[in-house]
Amino acid sequence: MHIDWTSLVTVAVVAAAAALSVVLLVAFAIVGLSARSGLPVDGPDGGDASGTRPGVGTAIAVLCLLAAGLIVCYGLYLIIT
Amino acid sequence: MNVSLIVVVVVITALVFDFTNGFHDTANAMATSIATGALRPKVAVAIAGCLNLVGAFLSVQVAKTISGGLVDETLITPVVIFAGLVGAIMWNLMTWLVGLPSSSSHALFGGLIGATWVAGGADAIHVNTVVNKVILPAVLSPVVAALIAVTVTYLAFRVISRARPGVVSRGFKLSQTVSASMVALAHGTNDAQKTMGVITLTLITAGMVPVGSAPPFWVVMAAGLAIGLGTYAGGWRIIRTLGKRVSDIRPVQGFSAETTSAAVILTSTHLGLPLSTTQVCTGSIFGAAAGRRLASVHWGTAGRIVLAWSFTLPAAGVVGAAASWLAATGTVGVIVVGMSALAAAAGIYGVSRRTPVTAANVNDVPRRPAADLDLVA
Repeated sequence: MHIDWTSLVTVAVVAAAAALSVVLLVAFAIVGLSARSGLPVDGPDGGDASGTRPGVGTAIAVLCLLAAGLIVCYGLYLIIT
Repeated sequence: MNVSLIVVVVVITALVFDFTNGFHDTANAMATSIATGALRPKVAVAIAGCLNLVGAFLSVQVAKTISGGLVDETLITPVVIFAGLVGAIMWNLMTWLVGLPSSSSHALFGGLIGATWVAGGADAIHVNTVVNKVILPAVLSPVVAALIAVTVTYLAFRVISRARPGVVSRGFKLSQTVSASMVALAHGTNDAQKTMGVITLTLITAGMVPVGSAPPFWVVMAAGLAIGLGTYAGGWRIIRTLGKRVSDIRPVQGFSAETTSAAVILTSTHLGLPLSTTQVCTGSIFGAAAGRRLASVHWGTAGRIVLAWSFTLPAAGVVGAAASWLAATGTVGVIVVGMSALAAAAGIYGVSRRTPVTAANVNDVPRRPAADLDLVA
């Protein structure tokens, strides 16, 4: 009996890479957004606990969300085409 | 029975199965979003229903797999497919009644295999294809999904550990609306195609379309509408099980589970592997729950779900085989099978009304067993 291990392993690897990338990018974006949300938790200079400045945090958030969005759109593009 | 008439009966039965598939699997996309409060229950099922319909038009890879692989099309008839669908619908309704997220796909495959076995013998079933495209993915997919989700959730918690809780909650709730929508889309691409595949298989066996054909447009539209309406009906019993009986799910866990599910389902759909979306989503939810704290998972619920999974293929197969045997006796047999299925479905619905679960009480947390309360006291 022939088992198509290639397809099964491909599904596992691609799905793991996509899920890991998207979730971590969104998590980093939220950490970035956390830095621009007003009063510090225990961090210096208006930043969050990690010490990130609001402007830098916003830039990180935008870049991470853009990257996550691109990954999702590329996945959809592959399915549709 | 007249060939055209039985084809109409099979198409209607297939769409009824698709409807049960929809409300049975609403939980896959929306259970965690409803549980965390990211989406209101009625809004969640409306979004899921619409995206199921859209998803049905995105791909036909899985439909081709079903209509061209699992069983020998030259040895089966529309009556056999009707019997298989009856087996699948009965199993879907039974598991919905007890709130267990079992696989509609495996119920469908089980029903078809059982009915085909009776009608055409064991040779009519392509065992190699069944193992490759159904059983192996069925065993592996929930495990793979759980492993990915547990890793992703653990890392996500590490990353957000120093962020503000309010921003984290709001951010992931907002993200959940996107990830849940992706799962609903993936569900539409994967599960609506299974019904398309069955209807196409029926049309092939009746000689109405050539062997190896892709589903006609009206089949895609009808399957998409049926699963979308079913999803909108909301399978609240199963939503409650996955949202509130697995663990106390937080937005970051819901987002991780949904993203993992969408990634696995869409990748497998692209490769034409008809995975069970229910098993993938359930595996992801358990993985995401374990990713925060292993002890927070209600393993008793997991045990009951796995038990239901192990019975899905054989139970639907037995009902499908019995229905196939009875329906093969002629028109009266088909009518008896149809009426029996209707009566059973009405009975199951009647029993469900004694303890209704609706959008209003879907997020009620389970009461602790009496033994636990005694210990506390």
